[in-house]
Amino acid sequence: MTNIALSLLIGMLTGAGVYLVLRAQTFPVVLGLTLMSYGVNLFLFAMGRLKTAAPAVVGAVEHPTDPLPQALVLTAIVIAFAMTAFVIVLALKARAALGNDHVDGVHIPQADRLLDRSEEPRA
Amino acid sequence: MTANLISLLVLLPIGLAAILTVIDRRLPTLARGLNLAGVASLLAVSAGLLLAGAGDAPRVIELGSWAAPFGIVWVFDRLSGLMLLLTATVALLALVYAIRRDEDQAGPHFHALFQAQLFGLNGAFLTGDLFNLFVFFEVLLLASYGLLLHGNGRKRTRAGFHYVVVNLIGSTLFLFAVGALYGTVGSLNLADITLKLPNVAPDAVPLVTTAIFLLFTVFLIKGAAFPLYLWLPGAYAHASIPVAALFAIMTKVGLYSVLRVDSVMLSGNTIGGIMETTALIAPWLLWLGLITLLLAALGVVAARFVRRQVAYLIIASVGTILIALGLVTGDSGEAAIGGALYYWMHTTVLSAGFFLLAGLILRHRPEAGDGIESAPPMPHAILVGSLFFAYAIAMAGLPPLTGFFGKVMILAAALDSALMAPIFAVILTSGLIMVIALARTGSRLFYQSHAMPGHPAQSTPADARVPLPGLGMALLPLLLAGMMVVWAHPLSGWLAQTATQIATPGGYLDAVMPNGLLEPATAPGKFGADHDGGQH
Repeated sequence: MTNIALSLLIGMLTGAGVYLVLRAQTFPVVLGLTLMSYGVNLFLFAMGRLKTAAPAVVGAVEHPTDPLPQALVLTAIVIAFAMTAFVIVLALKARAALGNDHVDGVHIPQADRLLDRSEEPRA
Repeated sequence: MTANLISLLVLLPIGLAAILTVIDRRLPTLARGLNLAGVASLLAVSAGLLLAGAGDAPRVIELGSWAAPFGIVWVFDRLSGLMLLLTATVALLALVYAIRRDEDQAGPHFHALFQAQLFGLNGAFLTGDLFNLFVFFEVLLLASYGLLLHGNGRKRTRAGFHYVVVNLIGSTLFLFAVGALYGTVGSLNLADITLKLPNVAPDAVPLVTTAIFLLFTVFLIKGAAFPLYLWLPGAYAHASIPVAALFAIMTKVGLYSVLRVDSVMLSGNTIGGIMETTALIAPWLLWLGLITLLLAALGVVAARFVRRQVAYLIIASVGTILIALGLVTGDSGEAAIGGALYYWMHTTVLSAGFFLLAGLILRHRPEAGDGIESAPPMPHAILVGSLFFAYAIAMAGLPPLTGFFGKVMILAAALDSALMAPIFAVILTSGLIMVIALARTGSRLFYQSHAMPGHPAQSTPADARVPLPGLGMALLPLLLAGMMVVWAHPLSGWLAQTATQIATPGGYLDAVMPNGLLEPATAPGKFGADHDGGQH
């Protein structure tokens, strides 16, 4: 039962993440990346198999939980956290620089054409 | 001693990155000097290690003295050594150019990010552990995000956002693949996985296969193969010039991972004893390479800016290398790897140099930048035009430069392939298309220059005195390519031995796991068992 619930949860998180990543505005994309990273963290966790009352300590119980996936999840959480922070800052910078929050920054095509050549500083 | 020098290749950049973060704006001259000294030492150490034959037998470094598979291992063999040498070479070119043209002053922390990038690259080329590879991928990507956004620019921000999102999705897929492999095979060490793959439970075979395909999908995102290359032209064309030149090595990280994992883990192996893995990936690489090369050639034609054209030339080289890697299962597999490595060296160094040349064109044509359109002649047009000509024939694969020899080696290895006809057709046709496109670019830039008010049509003696800083760095790759032609025979002999080392993964496995598989009974044959039954 828990297995089914967990796999459904991983599937829902990842599915919702994929849907949001495909949106055209930067904020849903950032949210989607976050949901996908939640999904993959749970997935990594589940790869150590689900057990109850089995701490990851050798000798405490007969079949302790595999500690390695927990270490992997910890690493993945830290990396995903840093990446999310970075991509939020980048999305804000893009919003400020492009004047809109479209992922392609193309809502004002005239401005796009006007600025086409002028963004490079020339020596 | 050797082990210390190999570790230095990874530890020196991260140490320098920490120092450079602190002194970046306070002591800019010292920051430049330290960065330059760091990159020069990386070049000297990696070249010295290769010349001393350190990689002739795979050399294993056990972190914290924990033996594989319990600890993380770094493996230095000829393939790793060659990649490290290429990284340091490209980094030195890009860094000297950045300093000569003051591009490092366009934003904060260029030097720290540069060293962090080298830390990630060198680590990824050395590690023998899949999760450690993921971590180094993240390190090099995070540094590359910073470098890509170095300096400012509207389009750079937009292209940077695409690049970051695509790579974050790739990282997520990487974690899914690594997690599924660990959950089914029970290890993250590349050599250990290789030994354990035949013992996988039969009901887990589809899942393992899926994980392997997912893993290669991630590598091909990084390597920019069809249909996952669309992030590359925008990102590379809008990055600042030295960063784009450094990124010439970035697609090669993906290709290196493909070659490493394919040769160690899959060749001559089975999954669960029922699925042969030797030809699991190679046909995909071959076909994707063919499509990538053809579409990249069309991209070269369609590009309206020189930098975008060079970006598509990089994708074309990715396609060519993938074709060669797709031939590894054939009778001429080793020859294909040898040819691929020669082409690999050629394309990495020359595409970096081509970006630097595009930077000179961009900066010294105030009217048109690097747009492929006629404008008043740029200073030193004859010199720059000659360099452009040399790069064009090298990158398009015309004799007498390196691209030609690399392609000949790959085509020779394709002679006994069942797919000889499409391989020859695509490589030769795309070469022709690229020649035409580059000839058009060259004539637009350097022949069809015209007078504008205030600009004489002919270059004047005054132009000759306009300094062209960074020109040496655009020239140096061509000299290296010339050396690769002059010493093609010893070099290709050395690369053939390297290919033999890659094609016989037994040496790698013995070096990492000298005692073979530990306790085969603990290999998880329990996939699909109920949730409290797993005990690995």
